[in-house]
Amino acid sequence: MDKFTVHNGLVLPLDRANVDTDAIIPKQFLKSIKRSGFGPNLFDAWRYLDEGQPDKPNAGRPLNPDFIMNKPQYRGATILIARENFGCGSSREHAPWALHDYGFRAVIAPSYADIFFNNCYQNGMVPIVLKASEVDQLFHDAAAFPGFKLVIDLGEQAVAYPDGSKRFRFEIDAFRKFCLLNGLDDIGLTLRHADKIKAFEELRRAEQPWLF
Amino acid sequence: MTAQTLYDKLWQSHTVHMEDDGTTMLYIDRHLVHEVTSPQAYEGLKLAGRKLWRTGSVVATADHNTPTDHWDLGIQDPIARTQVEQLDTNIKEFGAKVYFPFRHENQGIVHVIGPENGVTLPGMTVVCGDSHTSTHGAFACLAHGIGTSEVEHVLATQTLLSKKMKNMRVDIEGAIPRGVTAKDLALAVIGKIGTAGGAGYAIEFSGSAVRALSMEGRMTLCNMSIEAGARAGMVAVDETTIQYLKGRTYAPKGEQWGRAVDYWRTLVSDAGAVFDRTVTVNAGEVEPQVTWGTSPEMVLSIEDRVPDPDKEKDAVRREGMERALVYMGLKPNTPISQIMIDKVFIGSCTNSRIEDLRAAAAVVRGKRKAANVVLAMVVPGSGPVKVQAEKEGLHKIFIDAGFEWREPGCSMCLAMNADRLQPGERCASTSNRNFEGRQGTGGRTHLVSPEMAAAAGIAGHFVDVRQWR
Repeated sequence: MDKFTVHNGLVLPLDRANVDTDAIIPKQFLKSIKRSGFGPNLFDAWRYLDEGQPDKPNAGRPLNPDFIMNKPQYRGATILIARENFGCGSSREHAPWALHDYGFRAVIAPSYADIFFNNCYQNGMVPIVLKASEVDQLFHDAAAFPGFKLVIDLGEQAVAYPDGSKRFRFEIDAFRKFCLLNGLDDIGLTLRHADKIKAFEELRRAEQPWLF
Repeated sequence: MTAQTLYDKLWQSHTVHMEDDGTTMLYIDRHLVHEVTSPQAYEGLKLAGRKLWRTGSVVATADHNTPTDHWDLGIQDPIARTQVEQLDTNIKEFGAKVYFPFRHENQGIVHVIGPENGVTLPGMTVVCGDSHTSTHGAFACLAHGIGTSEVEHVLATQTLLSKKMKNMRVDIEGAIPRGVTAKDLALAVIGKIGTAGGAGYAIEFSGSAVRALSMEGRMTLCNMSIEAGARAGMVAVDETTIQYLKGRTYAPKGEQWGRAVDYWRTLVSDAGAVFDRTVTVNAGEVEPQVTWGTSPEMVLSIEDRVPDPDKEKDAVRREGMERALVYMGLKPNTPISQIMIDKVFIGSCTNSRIEDLRAAAAVVRGKRKAANVVLAMVVPGSGPVKVQAEKEGLHKIFIDAGFEWREPGCSMCLAMNADRLQPGERCASTSNRNFEGRQGTGGRTHLVSPEMAAAAGIAGHFVDVRQWR
């Protein structure tokens, strides 16, 4: 997994609530057996005017000029801001894969759907929760200042304006933070406790043999 | 000892290890696997040279991508076929307790086959790379969806890293009126608390109306808890639970059955257990529900009219409503009962069990599909559901009414196979999500109960099934 320490990036303001995982990556792309290559189809139905297919090249497809991601000033954005309940719907990890593959390293929103929130951490991407008023401020400033950037410092648990004029703190579980800062893979960490899992399993097998 | 909720008990009994910040290693009893969210997980195992921790925990089937007609031709879509074949290969290499591949007589939607075969048992932790895993909570399981990295984690370690959620009780009291179903109760709860209302919570559904539901009804209710934002929904064990499980293929037998039942009866919230939030619904006041927008919380009763965004004060919500109305091609104040439909879909992990098909068949018996309905399809949840329905002659009733009788699978709930809406088409659907493009790019979905979907197929528009003759 990629390490995440400090990230300075361009902000894409997606001013919508309840952005669901079907919107982030439509189902036809879930037929892939790979983890990568979803970026060109991120927000496919909003981003293009025609229907995308997994076996259809994306170059040359007509773009929806009204969709914010297609505006030239947001090209290269790496931080997505959105409204509440971002990532609701299905458990597809293809949603964070698509965001990450496109280039996003962090999402900032007032709240997330639980499964999407967990899935982000598995991919070196930080889902940051800020207060609704703070997210409002970010939307306002992203609209007011072309090229609006933010600096995310995971160690400090802070989202700051590059000129230092504003700074918002965010919470993150200590374990998740540790894994992200060090780029650690959960499975390796868990298997350090293999003996404990085995002992637990044996007890369970004795008490509830019908489960095995 | 302090009084515990059902969720507290399930959590505690599966805790293997806890980090200082509360991150907990939970033991996983049952891992349901399907073709769409597992290939990258198996690939990860192979790349790292890791083994499957416990083969006996895995129950697998192909459901999302499989066609629902012309099974003799196999899977025509080469990309879908590759994915299904990859599952065959992975199960062959890594093993499973049970595998129902494409065209097996027991194949079906993963959330239908688990309970049907008794591989979902009370007191289990059940995970699957699918958000509707909450369905299994109907059996007093801690059951929820996980992402593919977590699928790999469970395959490799038999555990899941998780943080404890808060407890919410949704208490549904009173007699359920005729024509109102578990689906309507679920949609009414979502309408009440919103699509993010349950985020961060595990929901326990309780109350006399829930007790009165069959296991099929309870599965429908728990299935939809994710649409209220709650990863897990659950119902305590009672006689209905135990009677359903008795004699199922993989349910315990003989001496073990007695021991299991004794334990299962403890899987209820203790008197005096504390919930962080309680929501109360009067079942008697719930009317048949129909969604009008692009989120399951955009739901109304059949007697209502499409809402007017001008009356919404919150700007973000208003814009959401306006966007939904444009997408859905609806005008404010239109009576729901005047919305004409093009297609009907009866199926999905929400509503494809035998009870759902019986209820829909009772509505269409002796009638004909409306001329404006171009397709009405019935997709049973599994092979055994299909066989049972055919034994009862339900397929004849549907076919005589002009409905199509298909092979089992997820089908048009998420439209990964050929079953989908064309742009602009409007569907009365028994599935669980009405998101933009969910049932096909540009398709318009209205979520309803099987009875309501069936009645809409006959009338050509939504009708109040309580007045159905």
